[in-house]
Amino acid sequence: MDYYLSVATFAALNVILALGLNLISGFCGQVSLGHAAFYGLGAYGAALCSVAGLPMGLSVAVGMMVAGAFGILTGFAALRVREDFLAIVTMGVGFLFLGAVRKQAWLGAEMGIAKIPSPLDKWGYAMLAIGGAVALLLLSLHVRRSWMGRAFGAVAQDEDAARSIGIDVSGYKIAAFFIGTAAAGLAGGIYAHMTQLIVPDAFNFVQSVTILAMVVVGGIGSTLGVVAGAVLLTLMPEMFRFINDYKLLVYGGLLLAVMRFSPEGLAGLVHRWTGRRLA
Amino acid sequence: MLEGRDLSIAFGGVRAVAGVNLRVERGELAGLIGPNGAGKTTLLRLLTGVLAPDSGSVRFEGRDVTQMPIHRRAQLGFVLTHQIVRPFRDMTVLDNVMVAAATQVTLRPWRALVSVDTRPARLRAQALLARLGIADAADKPARSVPLGYLKRMQVARALALEPRLLMLDEPLAGLNYTEAARFADLIAQLNAEGITIVLVEHNLGEVTRIARRLLVLHNGAVLAEGVPRDVMARHDVRDAYLGADQDAVAHA
Repeated sequence: MDYYLSVATFAALNVILALGLNLISGFCGQVSLGHAAFYGLGAYGAALCSVAGLPMGLSVAVGMMVAGAFGILTGFAALRVREDFLAIVTMGVGFLFLGAVRKQAWLGAEMGIAKIPSPLDKWGYAMLAIGGAVALLLLSLHVRRSWMGRAFGAVAQDEDAARSIGIDVSGYKIAAFFIGTAAAGLAGGIYAHMTQLIVPDAFNFVQSVTILAMVVVGGIGSTLGVVAGAVLLTLMPEMFRFINDYKLLVYGGLLLAVMRFSPEGLAGLVHRWTGRRLA
Repeated sequence: MLEGRDLSIAFGGVRAVAGVNLRVERGELAGLIGPNGAGKTTLLRLLTGVLAPDSGSVRFEGRDVTQMPIHRRAQLGFVLTHQIVRPFRDMTVLDNVMVAAATQVTLRPWRALVSVDTRPARLRAQALLARLGIADAADKPARSVPLGYLKRMQVARALALEPRLLMLDEPLAGLNYTEAARFADLIAQLNAEGITIVLVEHNLGEVTRIARRLLVLHNGAVLAEGVPRDVMARHDVRDAYLGADQDAVAHA
């Protein structure tokens, strides 16, 4: 039972991460290859607070704010560069985070942070993660329906045209980065308390690519598709152990296959087979 | 209403716009013409804020907007349409106009997040599409409708912002003879309803027909200005279009 609970918890955390990235990349059209850095920022922020004696709820909130604040900084980068260059910049943010954390004694350097207080049991974390995933799912569906979602769509499709009809492109990009990275921070905070030990490598480039693969496989821009993608890519390595050893290879191949055969991911397949568009 | 003072910009060694002064009065329909490479589009970009001038200033309704971002100018009622039509391709024609009709709601991202009511914007957008005669394409994706529709859609999108000054960059380009004439009539009619319009256009026949004042740009500077008939009769204007050598050949 414990095993299933922990798989469910990780699936839910991945849903939070993937939906956060989908807000940035799918809704607002801004590429990000460094999403794991914000997951890490949330985890480190929350862990430090918790070790210092703050209650878990507050620690997780601080982690979210730390991730969101750095997300806003990254958003400012997105005001200056687009597309391929933004991909490189966000990838750089990921490496910068890793490089910095590894060298900081107060962040535990390579050893990470251990003995993080863990006030909940397995059920508690599973419920918390699933609750967070559901909240983010509802938020995503709401954003899509709201005027924010329509403005995101305009920014994603043509920034210059969006400006000329009075849309504050910069404001929307920063908003997307803030919401998406704060969500990653939430996942990080829950993860840190659950595992009680965090190390820099948990938030490396492979993790960023994994989150991206969940979004792309599910169908970039489609909330339900991305949820399916996140769950599927969490379960796959569990069911087939060998995938774990060749994660980057398998995900890379999967990304290529999706780009080649169904650029809109699972959501695109559903649309093709049933004629219905997923939300 | 709009005033550009001593506007200059250089790209590398090329002075694309050199010390241009211009005024646009409320209610007028002014044509900005000039041969290829004269600096028309660059001047328009300086005026609308796509480019920042090396020197000079732009004033709109008495206030200095030189440093103001494009979206803020658009919110003030100073709106431009692009030379190449730029629809949001994956949205329907109606949605394209709706986003523009909702600028009051989308002004602040956080306010946009809590706003889900699309009815007012939808009604206004539908009225504009009907007004421009493209209501039949409302639910088609913008990527699938012909250029004539997109040009009208772009004007509908601009009108949704309730502009007081509309800058149109080559709105007639790519349209055939009848379409261009009908579109020019539409522009004249919008002007008659009170919108001040500046038109950058290559179609001299239509622009001299509807504009009440012409501004000729040549080598980045204002060459001539005045009533279309007088301007077009000037030798230097003809030379600019045909090349000064034409006269030399004729005189030889």
